[in-house]
Amino acid sequence: MLLDLPFVAVGLIAVIGLGAMIAKKNLIKVILGLGLLEGAVNLFLVAVGYRQDGIAPIFTNAPEGVMVMPTVQALTLTAIVIGVATLALLLTMAMAIHRHYKTLNVERIVKLKG
Amino acid sequence: MVFAFSLQSGSGVWHPLVWLAAFAVAAIIARVVLGFGRGSRKTGGDHVKPFLSGNEELDEERIHVRASNLYWGYLEAMKGYYRRLTALHTGNVADYLLWLFGVLAIMIVVGLAT
Amino acid sequence: MSTFFGGLDNHLPALLVGVPLLFAFLMPLAERVHRRLTDILAVTGMGLTSLCGVLLAIRVFTTGAVGYAFGAASPDEMLPPDSGGVPVRILFTVDALGAFMVLIISVVGLATLVYSVTREDRHGEKATFYALFLLLTAGVSGMVATGDLFNLFVFLEISSLAGAALVAVRMDRGVAVEAALKYALLSATGGLLFLLGVALLYTQYGSLNIAFIARELRMTGLDTVAVALLAVPMAMKCGAVPMHFWMPDAYSRAPAGVTAFLVVSSQCAMYVLFRSLFTLFHRRLDLAMFGWFVIALGVLSMFIGVTMAIPQKDVKRLMAYHAISQSGYMLLGVGVGLAVLGKPELLDAYGRKAMAGGIFHIMNHALYKGLLFLTAGAVIYRTGQRDLNNLGGLGHQMGWTMLCFMAGALAIAGIPPFNGFASKFLLYESVFRFNPFLSIIAILVSVLTLASFMKVFHSMFMGPRLPRFAEVREAPLPMVVSMGVLAVLVILGGLFPTVVVEHIIEPAVVALLEQSEYIQTVMER
Repeated sequence: MLLDLPFVAVGLIAVIGLGAMIAKKNLIKVILGLGLLEGAVNLFLVAVGYRQDGIAPIFTNAPEGVMVMPTVQALTLTAIVIGVATLALLLTMAMAIHRHYKTLNVERIVKLKG
Repeated sequence: MVFAFSLQSGSGVWHPLVWLAAFAVAAIIARVVLGFGRGSRKTGGDHVKPFLSGNEELDEERIHVRASNLYWGYLEAMKGYYRRLTALHTGNVADYLLWLFGVLAIMIVVGLAT
Repeated sequence: MSTFFGGLDNHLPALLVGVPLLFAFLMPLAERVHRRLTDILAVTGMGLTSLCGVLLAIRVFTTGAVGYAFGAASPDEMLPPDSGGVPVRILFTVDALGAFMVLIISVVGLATLVYSVTREDRHGEKATFYALFLLLTAGVSGMVATGDLFNLFVFLEISSLAGAALVAVRMDRGVAVEAALKYALLSATGGLLFLLGVALLYTQYGSLNIAFIARELRMTGLDTVAVALLAVPMAMKCGAVPMHFWMPDAYSRAPAGVTAFLVVSSQCAMYVLFRSLFTLFHRRLDLAMFGWFVIALGVLSMFIGVTMAIPQKDVKRLMAYHAISQSGYMLLGVGVGLAVLGKPELLDAYGRKAMAGGIFHIMNHALYKGLLFLTAGAVIYRTGQRDLNNLGGLGHQMGWTMLCFMAGALAIAGIPPFNGFASKFLLYESVFRFNPFLSIIAILVSVLTLASFMKVFHSMFMGPRLPRFAEVREAPLPMVVSMGVLAVLVILGGLFPTVVVEHIIEPAVVALLEQSEYIQTVMER
């Protein structure tokens, strides 16, 4: 049961992030929802690699025991960096939109429709 | 009959080069027929101006039919369909995300059910 | 060919990604030296990338699928000797379908970059534009060449971010930034969902390599969720209705050359969709359900795309809705192939031809859609107007642009002898044998497409010379040359379709249908 806790957390964070993206009216909060979804996926990646009573995946002077998976940690690092770049770009676009449209309300940033 | 460079579709055949040859023959015949017309023709002068029952010819800006006025009949007939369809294209990015998650949810539920 | 440039030939898959990256990073440096140098370096970089792409495609079509292992002593070592038969490194696997996409990227990329040379920009913006364009090229090339799922996610994000930044590069009083924000937000969300699917597959099979997972796949419940998580974001990225709303916004506000290349980027997302459905999951899918899902997406896209296009007033927004509609044709053709994947006799009767039609349509669409966007961009560049209600009579002054537009418009409507007719012919005949109703909808959509482009042609080019546009001249020479090259390819593809279908499309269809060849390229070399 305790081992399932990270996956429950992933589900909760993902649902909160999805809800924020759909329901919130402020553009920054929508982007924050995307950040939450990213956190959920990264947490999922790391939690997948855990092995019970595992040790760090370093071969030098390694004690006895099963190692946790190192590949997912590399995947998570890459995904975090991609997430940083994405958030930076999205927030810059939000700044530019605020400068030109004078609003951050998603329901009013609708010059392109129909 | 299968010519060179003909496309087979399993139940039919398309011969593009035969089409091209037929088009060339038709174009030659059209040119020959055009050549039977009267050689001399006066250009310019009053007899080439359009006759609009004695009315003045409007200037170019008002003659040209604009894009929104073409297909008026079609758009009038499909007004109900277009009203509903354009209402769906709100321009609100939260609605775009809602559609994405909706289709994803339907796919997952249908996939797990069958 | 194998000793071309002293063995550089062996490294073509890596060069395909490395060369545009190198030239992208050289752009800011070149800009300090001299402004003209950026143009020269950009065209050189894109030209070299296209050369690598064409050479790689020739190699794959003549000698079979190519695999490339990064970080090994020799690029041929797919499986490390002490790994127990598991491919550990990041591998690039280019089979016939991948080579087909690389060919499209090379041709359309070079044409659109040459077209974009004539943009007038403020100081410093052009280097950014070229850098982003080359990064986008690197991203899509990597997406179609890679054989590793996480690597695919990374290249997917590269191409999404570079594409979104390119949409916003001309701020346009904030409207382009709004379009770019929608594109970036949806692409980032789609990428994250894709990553979740990849993570689900990794937890069960311990590997990220497509060929390895394809061999080891047992279809569990988690795998069904993973299929949905892999397929639906990619369907969104290629503009399948009802997730298509971002496409008209982004395509209408991007610069014309960028839009033409974004079309190619969407086709690469469609490539990822087909790769995951056919090669990764193959017959273990619930074929009836997923086949009809793809067919349903295709039919919806076709119909709603074209009906939304007819009342549009912005010329590029209209063409973007047509891009959605044509994506529907490709989804329809390949969906029919997917639905009959488990029945060999139906597959031979019409399944292969339907898939050939769908895949041929990918190439034709990239060519004629790119051409149409470039002509619209040329008209907007010369007249400054993008609203169809304010244009008219340009046929007198922009004759070459009008001819290129006619080639593109007749091709998209499926009129012989252009290449659109060849692929639509294959689609109509084979889909009719699967289900006649679908084929009738496809023909109806073609008629509506023709109607819509008659509207555009009349509003832009027909009519008397308007005094407002008295000083409008023909588009600049690089634009006319790039449009002309694409128009010539459109006409040649229509007059000699068998050359393309026999040598390029049929190997690609076989590569999709025969999962075993893909697995063999990685696992048994």
